[in-house]
Amino acid sequence: MRKNIPALILIAAGIAAVAAGICLDQHTDVLAKAIRICMECVGIG
Amino acid sequence: MGKKRTIIQALSAILCNANIKGFFTGQIYTGATKSVCVPGLNCYSCPGAVGACPIGSLQTFLTGLKFKVPYYVVGLLIFFGAVLGRAVCGFLCPFGFLQDILFKIPFFKKNRFKGDRILRYLKYVILALFVIILPFTFKLTPFFCKYICPSGTIAGLLLSAADPRVRPMLGNLFEQKLVILGIILSASLIVWRPFCKYLCPLGAIYGFFNKAALYRMDLSKDKCISCGKCAGVCNMNIDPSRTPNSMECIRCGECVKACPAGALVCGFIRQDASQKKSEEVV
Repeated sequence: MRKNIPALILIAAGIAAVAAGICLDQHTDVLAKAIRICMECVGIG
Repeated sequence: MGKKRTIIQALSAILCNANIKGFFTGQIYTGATKSVCVPGLNCYSCPGAVGACPIGSLQTFLTGLKFKVPYYVVGLLIFFGAVLGRAVCGFLCPFGFLQDILFKIPFFKKNRFKGDRILRYLKYVILALFVIILPFTFKLTPFFCKYICPSGTIAGLLLSAADPRVRPMLGNLFEQKLVILGIILSASLIVWRPFCKYLCPLGAIYGFFNKAALYRMDLSKDKCISCGKCAGVCNMNIDPSRTPNSMECIRCGECVKACPAGALVCGFIRQDASQKKSEEVV
C-alpha cells in the first residue's frame, strides 16, 4: 500500500525549514518576542 | 467524535495556557517553551501562554528592519499543516474552542445566509494584506496583531484584570480592538465560528494543506447513497460528499457521525484508500 507521499514530502520540508531556522538562531528571535508583552497585540499600541 | 473533540479542545486550551500563576499576577511566562509556536491562535502575551503565537511570530520576522526569511516559523506551519491540516482549527485552537462554546448557548441561529461564500475570501485577504504585505512594507508594525487579532484583545483584558498598572495604558486602540472582539464573540452566538470562517489567517494557511494532510477525510463512493445528510449537518456549509477535503473543513466529524451508510471516514488515512475504493467501483 502506497503512503501519502505529498504529506510526507511536506513534513520533510517543514522539518528541514525548522532545522534551518534553528541553525540561524531564529527560535531565539521567537523567544525574545514571546517573553515580552506585545504592546500592539494587547491593544496598548 | 463530539465529546472526544471537546475534551481534546479543552486539554489543548489548558496546555497552551498552562501558566496559571500568570492569570493572577499579570506576569507573562518567560520559559524556554516560548521559543516554540503552538499550532493554534493563542496570543503569546496572554498571561497563561506557554508557547508562541505562529501568526505573531511570522510577523516578527516580516516587520524586522533587517529582513530574515522566517524558516523556523514557516517550517512549523508547514509541519502542522502537513500532519493535521485544518484539524488544528477543529481540535487544537483555543479561540476556535471559545467560539464553539458560544455557539452552544441557546440563541437565534443563522448559519447559512447570502454572502457567506464571498465572505470566506476575506481571510485570504487578511492573510495577504495584514499578515504579510503591510508588515513587510511598513516594518515594525504587526498589522494583524495590532488591528484585528481578538486573541490579543483577550490577552489585554486578562492582563489588565490581573495587573492594575496596565489599565491606564489601554486607550483608543484597545477600545477599537474591543469592538472587533465584541462583534466576533456576539456573532459566534448566531453563526458557527465566524472568525474561523471569515477572518482567521491561520485557518487560511492550514486550509491549503487540507488536500494533502495526513489527517484527512475519505469518501467511499460505493457506499455513498447521496442522501445529503452530511451537507445538512455541516456547520462550515460544505458538502463532504463532493469535497471531503475542502479547504474550509475543520474536521469536526459531524458529517461522519451523520452518514447513515458509513461512507465517510476521518483520521490518519493513507491517501490511496479512496483511490482503491474508486478502482473497485470501476
